[in-house]
Amino acid sequence: MFGNLDFDVIRRALPYLFYEGMTFTLTLTALAALGGLIFGTALALMRLSGFKILGRIAGVYVDFMRSLPLVLVIFWFYFLVPYIGQWVTGASRPISVGAFASSLITFIMFEAAYFSEIMRAGIQSISRGQPAAASALGLTYAQTMRYVVLPQAFRNMLPVLITQTIVLFQDTSLVYVLSITDFLGAASKVAQRDGRLVEMYLFAAIVYFTISCIASYGVRRLQARIAIIR
Amino acid sequence: MNYNWNWGIFFQPNPMGTGTYLDMLLSGLVLTLKTAALAWVIALITGSIVGVMRTLPSKGANWFGFAYVEFFRNMPLLVQLFLWFFVLPEILPKAAGLWLKQLPNAPFWTAAIGVGFFMSARVAVQLQAGISSLPRGQRMAATALGLTTVQGYRYVLLPMAFRIILPPLTSEFLNTIKNTAVAITIGLLELTGQARSMQEFSFQVFEAFTAATILYLLVNAVVVTAMRFLERWVAIPGYITGK
Repeated sequence: MFGNLDFDVIRRALPYLFYEGMTFTLTLTALAALGGLIFGTALALMRLSGFKILGRIAGVYVDFMRSLPLVLVIFWFYFLVPYIGQWVTGASRPISVGAFASSLITFIMFEAAYFSEIMRAGIQSISRGQPAAASALGLTYAQTMRYVVLPQAFRNMLPVLITQTIVLFQDTSLVYVLSITDFLGAASKVAQRDGRLVEMYLFAAIVYFTISCIASYGVRRLQARIAIIR
Repeated sequence: MNYNWNWGIFFQPNPMGTGTYLDMLLSGLVLTLKTAALAWVIALITGSIVGVMRTLPSKGANWFGFAYVEFFRNMPLLVQLFLWFFVLPEILPKAAGLWLKQLPNAPFWTAAIGVGFFMSARVAVQLQAGISSLPRGQRMAATALGLTTVQGYRYVLLPMAFRIILPPLTSEFLNTIKNTAVAITIGLLELTGQARSMQEFSFQVFEAFTAATILYLLVNAVVVTAMRFLERWVAIPGYITGK
């Protein structure tokens, strides 16, 4: 069954897999999580603000993004970003955007919709007295959010935010459809070059599984600690 | 934007000779729905069994449920599809592997099974949450009435739990539909796949993806509306959503 497998092919491909592939995957995950969190928090604040129109716009954006498959969104942005770039810079032709920039923009825009729902729940979990106390102290809206509401919302939602980032880490493998060399892309290129699909895909599965398992174990520990503080 | 819009493209014949480009997209939509339906049946059945196992008093069953969920949740769906599609036929005994490889419609069956098992872990988590959200007294009352464990689940716990988790199950069903798009990587020509090949044949990128987007939004709207009716129909009296 496993008799004719050649596990040496993995050892030889290790530098390529991790230096090229895993670096891409982890950088994309980190930057997309950061960007998605910032943009998502802005969306959540828009939704909870007193301005009806802002809330409507954010709501439509979130619902729209959440009803589309990620693969379709990746294709959308891959073709759309050059035209947006042309429009922004006023160039005469659609500008070429690198694979990394294109996928980073895609994931920030897509994940923001999910992060915004988490942050909205986090902000709504803060008791009403706190922003009231803040404005009684003379804090402006921006100060209230910056010093009172958002730090607490962020801390309460930290386990959920990290869980969403684990999902994001797994979802970045979908840049495969653009033939980008992320971790899975690298594994698949070696697999096809050497004709070793079984070894490479099994190895990729084990690596993704190990990283996600360790991260979700960390989330469970964190949740237990936060639960004690309350 | 110097892009040649051509919305008439949908009514031009496609190069496959299967009618117009619109027919091509609609056949993709049908395949998306078929795959999602089969995947959902698998997810619901397997997920329910595993979800129940996680709430049983038996330690072994608990552990199995935990391991099952962790296994399917900690690997990207794309990698799981590759395992089902490329790896499974190779590590099975020769005859079984050969049979799998020669299966007609292999991408369809692989996608349905892969997405189904991937989603089953999520269904299991939801069902476990639903069962443990019930007051402890319900399980005890079932025992006091002399019901066996199976009867307790069948007549007391599960009918309640499934109604409570109906809203999250709706979004898991929508996720199932969306996740079938990942099967484009193993050559399944579902909606996203057809939009992609329409773009490659006709170079009308934005028309193709706009049409696919609208179709996904429509499917979403239909499912959400249907589930809202179902929710109202099975609502538990006495609960906030009840009559």
